[in-house]
Amino acid sequence: MKKNSKGLLIFILILFGFSLWVVWPNRDIGGRKDFVLGLDLKGGSQLIYSANLSGKDPSLTDAQALASVKGTIERRVNAYGVTEPTVQTMQNEQGSFILVQLPGVKDIDEALKLIGQVAELDFREQVLNATGNTTWVIAEAAGSNGTDEELTGKYLKPNASVVLSQSTNQPEVAFEFNAEGALLFKQITTRNLNKPLGIFLDNELISAPTVQAVIEAKGVITGVSLQQAKTLAIQLNSGALEVPLTVVQRRDIGATLGADSLNKSLLAGIIGFVLIILFMIIYYRVSGLVACLALVVYTVLTLAVFKLIPVVLTLPGIAGFIVSVGMGVDGNVLVCERLKEELRSGSTLQRAVEQSFTQSWSAIWDSNVTVFIACVVLYWLGKTFGNFMVVGFATTLFIGVALSMFTQVVVTRAFLRTVASSGLAKSSRAYGVLEA
Amino acid sequence: MIDFVGKKHWFFLISAILIIAGIISLAVFGLKWGIDFSSGTAITLQFEKEVELSQLRQELAGLGYGSATIQPAAGGEFLIRLPEISSDEYNQLKAGLEAGLATNITDSSLYTVSPIIAAGTVRNTVIAVIIASIGILLYISWAFRKMPKPIRWGICAVLALLHDLIIVIGVFSILGWAASMEVDALFITGVLAVIGVSVNNIVVVFDRIRENLKRGVSSDFEVVANCGIMESVGRSLNTSLATLFVIVALYLLGGATIRTLILALLVGITTGIYSSLCIAGQLLVVWEKGEWSALLPWAKRTA
Repeated sequence: MKKNSKGLLIFILILFGFSLWVVWPNRDIGGRKDFVLGLDLKGGSQLIYSANLSGKDPSLTDAQALASVKGTIERRVNAYGVTEPTVQTMQNEQGSFILVQLPGVKDIDEALKLIGQVAELDFREQVLNATGNTTWVIAEAAGSNGTDEELTGKYLKPNASVVLSQSTNQPEVAFEFNAEGALLFKQITTRNLNKPLGIFLDNELISAPTVQAVIEAKGVITGVSLQQAKTLAIQLNSGALEVPLTVVQRRDIGATLGADSLNKSLLAGIIGFVLIILFMIIYYRVSGLVACLALVVYTVLTLAVFKLIPVVLTLPGIAGFIVSVGMGVDGNVLVCERLKEELRSGSTLQRAVEQSFTQSWSAIWDSNVTVFIACVVLYWLGKTFGNFMVVGFATTLFIGVALSMFTQVVVTRAFLRTVASSGLAKSSRAYGVLEA
Repeated sequence: MIDFVGKKHWFFLISAILIIAGIISLAVFGLKWGIDFSSGTAITLQFEKEVELSQLRQELAGLGYGSATIQPAAGGEFLIRLPEISSDEYNQLKAGLEAGLATNITDSSLYTVSPIIAAGTVRNTVIAVIIASIGILLYISWAFRKMPKPIRWGICAVLALLHDLIIVIGVFSILGWAASMEVDALFITGVLAVIGVSVNNIVVVFDRIRENLKRGVSSDFEVVANCGIMESVGRSLNTSLATLFVIVALYLLGGATIRTLILALLVGITTGIYSSLCIAGQLLVVWEKGEWSALLPWAKRTA
């Protein structure tokens, strides 16, 4: 028994040491040095797009079309250079949605244009219609299998880039066709020599250069600003969206507002923690002190788990964690109250310690299960409508409460046993029993 | 020894007043639904120079947003509520305000929800609350399966739980018209967390009563229950106080984002202490003894 509790104490110390090592500022854990902060703390933007699947390629299922849109958006977001973006699909009775999180993004307007635009590129030639006016018609030419194909962005190699024109020093997007595209482009430029060729993006004319020579593979798109050129290059490389998207939810959080909230909540957490510790020590004396030590172990352990998994910390998530610290006191208080009772009724210290745990267990377990049920439901709820704050709260509260049960049963008990058998504090008064 | 069970009619009276006040407010004013449920746009703006509320209101009206609700917040920030606007309209609004107020916007947050998302949120919230309630009801019945009449224990716990929920929702309804407090997704989060935490307290008290029954403290259930409640007072107050410390600190310092979550927890945990000590066990006694007239506060006096 005694040997056993010594081994347990060593295990706890190792666990605590490891947790402290993990939590230590700037400790590199799998390439990350800090806790992963959610949008509300870091600043950034979350967009939910509704996908209009009615116009999808009929050979694709809804899920496939949505997955294709997701893939395109992922390529665009990655090329834009957002760190740790999230792109998720959500399908429910209300429709099909794509959720995009862009942490720390500064120019959200540009990002909105980049992501949400279908970006269907095509090349058009001018023809005379019946009324004698010229109109733009998508250029067609014979493909390798003999049938006429429209010349669109799908024949581009994914290597479009922004270059500066050597003659005008204006930004341009350089593109290159694949073999099939080059075949079409050659025929089209041949028949349109010295005529304008329109380059259209989503049915809007971007530029209409005059064809100076027969071109096969390479070309440039002029008449764009630098910002437009960058966006267009990314869009050409990522491909067009399978279906059009509309923004149905947007949440931007300013970076300073987020940082401000983080500091305030951390301060609140620290104040609350100090109050709890004072209260526990004044009211429960030695067992309160032991419970507080266990609480410190608990806090460091939980933070280590948050960093290891990693749990995305949001403002409600931090609140959930702080609440779980408060509730973590709960089990310790239950045990301390039991200990006082056992001592009052005349038990020896060792016996009182053992009794207080066996007697409190059913209450500790029963009372926490309901919190777990609430957390699981909340997690589901938050996921279904893309509310990362609700998910954050449910996650940290769940982990917090689970770990607090572990610390109550393992850590507080091991500490109390050690104190009880050490003979450091023998009188009942030391455990808060007034009428000893 | 305080006679918690003996004073039950007073406790029932206090609860009845709180619940009726809440229900009247709910019936008359309902809840003030935030944009998570009703759709719309919420903007937080921080200006470089100090801006007067009246000035801001005037400029917004000039830009065609006369119906906007504006609330000043800490640190010279303003919270503005509008019907749903598009990204372009948002940019025009910001540019218009910067020009009109002759200052820069240093930081801004935007939250905009379209009706399609809001409808889904409402639906899923209803499902979540139902699933959570059923789950907890099943769990309580299971936890008390070894009791003589497990259903009674379960139903009494659920009644005490409903008591807490109605008071929390009632408080938000009253604050809705008194202080334009809105309910959002985080309020629902708070309410569901309250369900979890509130049952927690009730379970601890019932656990004590159950233990006293096994020990055979007394043949009178009223005495057994009162002992159980008395023995839980220290624990209930202390744990809840510990939780309340951190929640009050969060409420005072935590900022506007999580205010509804924290307030729901604050009210819920406070009523949770009360209902676990003054309502749940007492209901059990009333049922056990068949003294339903004790629910009426005047019955004891005339008896």
